[in-house]
Amino acid sequence: MVTLQLDRIGAGYGRHQILTDISSPMIQGGALTALVGANAAGKSTLFRRIAGHLRGAGTVSLSGATKDDLRYMPQDTGMSAALTVYESVILALKQGRGGWRLSTTELNAVDKALHRFGIAHLAEHQLAELSGGQRQSVSIAQTLVTQPKVVLMDEPTSALDLHRQFEVLEALKSYAQETGAVLILALHDLNQVMRCCTMTIAIANGRTLGAGSTLEVLTPTLIRALYGIDARVESCSRGCPMMIVDGPARQSA
Amino acid sequence: MTLAANTPTHAQAYHGLVARRLVILGVLVIALILSVAVDVSLGPARYAVSDVLRTLFLPAQADIQMRVVVWDIRMPMALLAVTVGASLSLAGAQMQTILANPLASPFTLGLSAAASFGAAMAMVLGVAIYPAAVTLMVPINAFAMAMAASLLIFGLSTLRGVTVETIVLLGIALVFTFNAALALLQYFASEQALSAVVFWTMGSLTKATWGKVAVTAVILAICAPLFARRAWALTAIRLGEARAAAMGVPVKRLRLEALFLVSLLAAVPVSFVGTIGFIGIVGPHVARLLLGEDQRFFLPGAMLSGALILSATSVLSKAILPGAVLPIGIITALVGVPVFMTLILTKGRKAW
Repeated sequence: MVTLQLDRIGAGYGRHQILTDISSPMIQGGALTALVGANAAGKSTLFRRIAGHLRGAGTVSLSGATKDDLRYMPQDTGMSAALTVYESVILALKQGRGGWRLSTTELNAVDKALHRFGIAHLAEHQLAELSGGQRQSVSIAQTLVTQPKVVLMDEPTSALDLHRQFEVLEALKSYAQETGAVLILALHDLNQVMRCCTMTIAIANGRTLGAGSTLEVLTPTLIRALYGIDARVESCSRGCPMMIVDGPARQSA
Repeated sequence: MTLAANTPTHAQAYHGLVARRLVILGVLVIALILSVAVDVSLGPARYAVSDVLRTLFLPAQADIQMRVVVWDIRMPMALLAVTVGASLSLAGAQMQTILANPLASPFTLGLSAAASFGAAMAMVLGVAIYPAAVTLMVPINAFAMAMAASLLIFGLSTLRGVTVETIVLLGIALVFTFNAALALLQYFASEQALSAVVFWTMGSLTKATWGKVAVTAVILAICAPLFARRAWALTAIRLGEARAAAMGVPVKRLRLEALFLVSLLAAVPVSFVGTIGFIGIVGPHVARLLLGEDQRFFLPGAMLSGALILSATSVLSKAILPGAVLPIGIITALVGVPVFMTLILTKGRKAW
């Protein structure tokens, strides 16, 4: 089983300090973990710090996996390369491996990744022809084709329609269960978080506001502190906890 | 899941794609060989093709004048077209890759303009940057200035906060600067020097020698494998800097390495043949349209298409006016542009 723990993480760009103090309990692999926070709270910076693209204070303790087993998926940007979807996933698989030849095992891994995220029918399409949502699915396949044990995804569902959001989150969940990998997803839809993610890390202004089991972390007080909105978490008619947003926080409180 | 049933189809489709690309590369090789053969058999002195071929394959039996023409004049010219075309196209391809800009090329980033200025310094002012070799003053000056321009770009790109857009803008600034400096030199030049400068900037293969062929071939033989070793990483850069970095590509270091190699690849040919700006932009685009951007195919493809275009242009430059050899830089632009326009307007709309 893979575990990951953050201890007083700091990071920044040059003199500009973005993260000052991020800590988390032990994150167990095999389930999804959410990272929530307002825009510019430092979510992407935290991912880049964990992935080792940025240096900074604190320690990232990893067990059951090495840095090489870690993959980070940045937020969606355009992909205009003259490559097919299939080629772009091969490319992700071959990074750091070298060799111009492709083995059957490698091609099978590419096929599997495309099927898992429901984009096999796009395999022969050019990247430039894809819609935003399709591109995001391709990014996810690129990230997971190497079977990483630690996965950090920056808003993996932001461009997906409701149906695809469910599909992708379910696929990510089953990937975590199958491989025992740690998957941390930066997400904005707190109802999706409550439905899919067992643990949640909430950050604001480069600090941890709360970290632990999702239902314990996502309280009205924390949501108010995170986003400045009034919200309630209540059981719906089927007994699932749902978040209901009332609107911007009133000044008095 | 129908995973097992579907598995072979995409892999098969991919194998088909690879096979198609290998065929395209093969066709390019054959076309290049043919073009070189035609190139050697054409020239101001009119020889029958059969005589030229006999001179090529049985030089000992050939007439001595013919041997000199074919082996010492036409062959170096034909082969220099190949090495220069391949070098400039490869340089353009990798510039476009690392700078994520379809307009990047040795021409648009100021290397050609810098080389022209260096050559003009020698021809107008008689200034030799490396005085020990006065006979090679023109190419050495051109090389030095082109190298200086690319090292300037290289140096500035290592600065913090310099993005690929900045580099491209800087290159364009260099083009204007060197063109202005060149114009100034031309303004004060004697009539004789002026015509030499103008002729040089038109680009020409007529000063080809075996030595120049060897130098360009060696540089190509050094640079191409170095790029080939980084094929996957270079392809990944085209998915965007952030994505490539996330895949573990050392983007900054790779960009610097590539810029350095590109400088060599572009500066040397330009100093030998003058301004043949077009190849560095068109060669890579033709290769991209034919083969996509997987560097395993794109890299040899760019070299072959550049070599083929320049070689075919060399043929045209002799065929248009029988008995005369028109400056190749003019022909590349005049003939190449319509062909290129047709290609991008019919096929290339989606890339870039």
